[in-house]
This record gives sequence, C-alpha cells and structure tokens, in this order.
Amino acid sequence: MPVRHIHVILDNERASLLRAWGSTQAEEGLIRKDLFSEREARSQIEMLYDALTKGVSASIESDALDPEADCWDDLRAALAEVTRERTKRGVSTGEMAAFVLALKYPLFERLGATVDDTNGGVLIEAINQFTRLIDAVSLYTTELCISERDKTIKRQQDEMMELASPVVELWDRIIAVPLVGTLDSMRAQEVMENTLSAIVDKKADIVIIDITGVVTVDTQVAQHLIRTAAAVRLMGGEAIISGISPRIAQTMVQLGVDTGEIRTRSSLRMALADAFRTLETDVVIRTAK
Amino acid sequence: MAQAAGLFMVDEIMLVAIDEDINDSDIVALQDRLSEEVYANDAQGIVIDISALEIVDTFVGRIIAQLAGIGILLDAPTYLVGMRPAVAMTLVELGMTLPSVKTARNLQHAVTRLRAAR
Repeated sequence: MPVRHIHVILDNERASLLRAWGSTQAEEGLIRKDLFSEREARSQIEMLYDALTKGVSASIESDALDPEADCWDDLRAALAEVTRERTKRGVSTGEMAAFVLALKYPLFERLGATVDDTNGGVLIEAINQFTRLIDAVSLYTTELCISERDKTIKRQQDEMMELASPVVELWDRIIAVPLVGTLDSMRAQEVMENTLSAIVDKKADIVIIDITGVVTVDTQVAQHLIRTAAAVRLMGGEAIISGISPRIAQTMVQLGVDTGEIRTRSSLRMALADAFRTLETDVVIRTAK
Repeated sequence: MAQAAGLFMVDEIMLVAIDEDINDSDIVALQDRLSEEVYANDAQGIVIDISALEIVDTFVGRIIAQLAGIGILLDAPTYLVGMRPAVAMTLVELGMTLPSVKTARNLQHAVTRLRAAR
C-alpha cells in the first residue's frame, strides 16, 4: 500500500513538510526574496501542496500514482498559475523545475522514518511511485515555462512586424520608407508590399528607402533592397536608397553587392534634394521677419 | 479570333491596351500585329498599358521584354505603364526585372517622356 503511506504523510505532516519544502528551496537559493514576498511564496507552496495531496488521496484506490490521470487536474491548474506568476517576474526555467523537485527529499525522509517495513519492498515502491510523479510534474512545469516564453516571443515578433514599416509621404509624389532594425525575409516582403501599394495610393514617382536605422547589411538584406527597387521601377517609379553610412558602404563593396542603376545617397537629406531635382520642384522656405 | 489587346495610334504614338484575360497564343499574335502596325504607321513610340493584367508568368514577362526589344529596333522607344503591385512583386520574385524596358506610372507620364525625348 505505498500510495496510502504517502498520503498519510502528506496529510499528517502538512505543516512540517511545508516548512521543510520551503527550507530546501531556501538552501538551494530558490527562494527569491527579490521577486516574491515571503507570504506570496508560502501561499504558492500551500496551493501546490494541497492540490498534490488531493491527487494522491484520489489515487489511493488504484494504489498507483499515474501522472497522466485526471485526478491531477487541480495540480496542473495550480502549477500553471504559479508558473505564469513566477516566469512573469523573471524566475528561470531551471529554478522552476528545481522548485518542484525540492519536495522529494523531505518526503522521503519522513517515509523512511514512518514506514515500518522489514524487507523494504513497500518503501522502495513508494519512493519509486513518488519520484515518477514529481519528475513528471517538474517536466510539466518546464514545458509550461517554455510555452510561456514562446508566447512572449511570438507576441514580440508580432509587435515588431506592426511597427516595422511605415511609409511616409514627404512631398507631392515623393514617399519615404524608413527602415529600422533588422530586415529578414518576412519583413522585407511586408516592406515591399507596403511600398508598392503606397506608390499607387500616393501617386508617388520617387521612393526613398532610408536604411540609416538598419544595423547591418549583409548580402540577403542587400538583395531585398535591390528587389524592392526593381519592383518600384517596374511600376514606373524610381527608388533611391539613402542613409548608407561609410561602414555599410565598405561592407557592401566587400560583399560584392552590385546595386546596378539604383541611385544611392549618403543621407535622406541628399536623397530628398535629389528627388526635388528629378521632379523639377523648387522649394523655397521663407523665414518670417 | 477575339482581340485580346487593343492597338491605337495616337499622335504618332502606338498605344497597346492588354486585356486581363489575354492568353499565351493571343500575346504571341499581339507581338506579330504590333510589329506590323508600328512598321506600317511609322510610330515614334510605344506605350503598353498592362493595368488590366492581374496575373503574369515568365512567359508573359518574356514576351513583354521582347515587345520592348522590337520597339527599340524599329526606333520606337517602349514604355510599360500601369503595372499592379502584385504583378511587380511576382516579376521580381521570378527574377524578371525587365532591365531593357522603360517604365512609367501612367499613360500621361509615358507620353510626356516620349515627347521630351523627341
């Protein structure tokens, strides 16, 4: 009757086990006083502990701790809540797993002390069962942590796509596409789509693609820029690439990037002046006296 | 055979309006007709309007490049106007940037540039 023994200990020694669990965590540096108040940490531990006890008591009948069974739903829900709360405050995945595993040894000690077992069979079975359960739980916690993190990454990616590529109208028939950050294939595609539809909407003849904010230009980024310029030309517009810093100019030459007939200018200011010249637009700025 | 493209001679400039449902044999026939007409009418320039075209493939892209090549040989500079964004993107994806073809945003621009070049 290994499961019954576990249940008896969990039930009778709740206070001392909770204390022991907490102090094991403290020894391993898992109590993050910088992130959690003591009260919060204790209420989290109690919530997990009670859900675990409930699951174990439901398993007495079958005398097996099957981590897949439905009786652990409460534990899973509690874990999900604790994990979400902790990862949000910056607790690492490893710390979360260790946090769960820390319950094992205090329980084993008490099992050894209370189970009166001459040949050790029941004790070994109980330890076996409980280890399997806690391992599964800590694995589940790790998965939860990772999926939380994946969600964050996905959200950030979406946000980055949204703020990625505004197209601004600088003047009649002149639009600018300021690029910031890194330019991967997906963003490059979006930039091209936005740019081309802006040519139609704004009746633009000149498109200035400004890469001042682009950190690095490799062959792939250069390829994207050249393709966008080619598509702009096919639609009857003209692309000017501006914001080429001395460093980027060097890299592009070293990479053997051939921009062909695309106009390139060092700054947005030069590109705009160039666009005015092409469109034969005279701009006079008067200052009030 | 239904005409899949209209050819109009306006002020010594040959206007070519391509229909949206042009097929491969139509466009080959167009190439034939266009070269005859440009030669016969002594056109000073060609403007191909593809604003109706929603789908292009490499074949159509190549024929368009050839039309421009014919124009150059017959001393009629060729402008391509009205390309849709999706079409432009497709052609670029296919690697057909049509470097030999002159482009303009609309008919008006193309005609103005042809006049200026005279």
